[in-house]
Amino acid sequence: MSMATADSASLKLVYFAWVRERVGLTEETVTPPAGTATIADLVRWLKTRGEGYELAFENEAIVRAAIDQTHAKPATAITGAREIAFFPPMTGG
Amino acid sequence: MTPLVRIQREDFDIGAEIAALTSGNPSIGAVVSFAGLCRDESGRLAALELEHYPGMAEAEIARVATETAERWPLAGLLAIHRFGLIKPGEQIVLVIAASSHRREAFEAADFLMDYLKTRAPFWKREHLADGTLGGWVEAKADDDDAAKRWEQTP
Repeated sequence: MSMATADSASLKLVYFAWVRERVGLTEETVTPPAGTATIADLVRWLKTRGEGYELAFENEAIVRAAIDQTHAKPATAITGAREIAFFPPMTGG
Repeated sequence: MTPLVRIQREDFDIGAEIAALTSGNPSIGAVVSFAGLCRDESGRLAALELEHYPGMAEAEIARVATETAERWPLAGLLAIHRFGLIKPGEQIVLVIAASSHRREAFEAADFLMDYLKTRAPFWKREHLADGTLGGWVEAKADDDDAAKRWEQTP
């Protein structure tokens, strides 16, 4: 529990398919600004980090997210999250 | 009954999977299997490349399979999804549902496939017959509609 402060500051982000290509990274560790409470907040902040992010999230309604490998919605709180993934709508099966 | 879920690069043998799922359980009277294959899209495609989210792919299909097993009385349930480069005619996905009677097995396999398509973190990219890399396959509204119809019918 003594690690809680350090853990909550940094977050692993992973990207898949065309979101990965547009961002230009498979994964990265970030420290979002204080007040980043939800997936939507995180996306808003990521879009300020460069053209690749802007392009990846240009249509926010399309990009899906998962928190610790469970599907999440824009309004889902990211408190305590270790890994957040962003990806296009799924096309498996 | 715990559903079996496998995410693998290798191909699978439908007959062997059915035999493994049903052997030693004489209460089973119905087995439904669905296999999804890679199409060539009228000669346009050389292959499909399937990217997946390791860890979540297993977890999400397991969640859908558990939901399936709660909804229908099944004696066995299996889902296999492949990743990597898959050529036209090759197998991509397999669902097998076993139950005492056919209705449960048919519906369970149908439900699991519908939800797997919209929830399992896999993405297909086209490799074209002319040797170039194509685009990412777009999600179909039909697939969302297919999954939604289960919300109305019990």
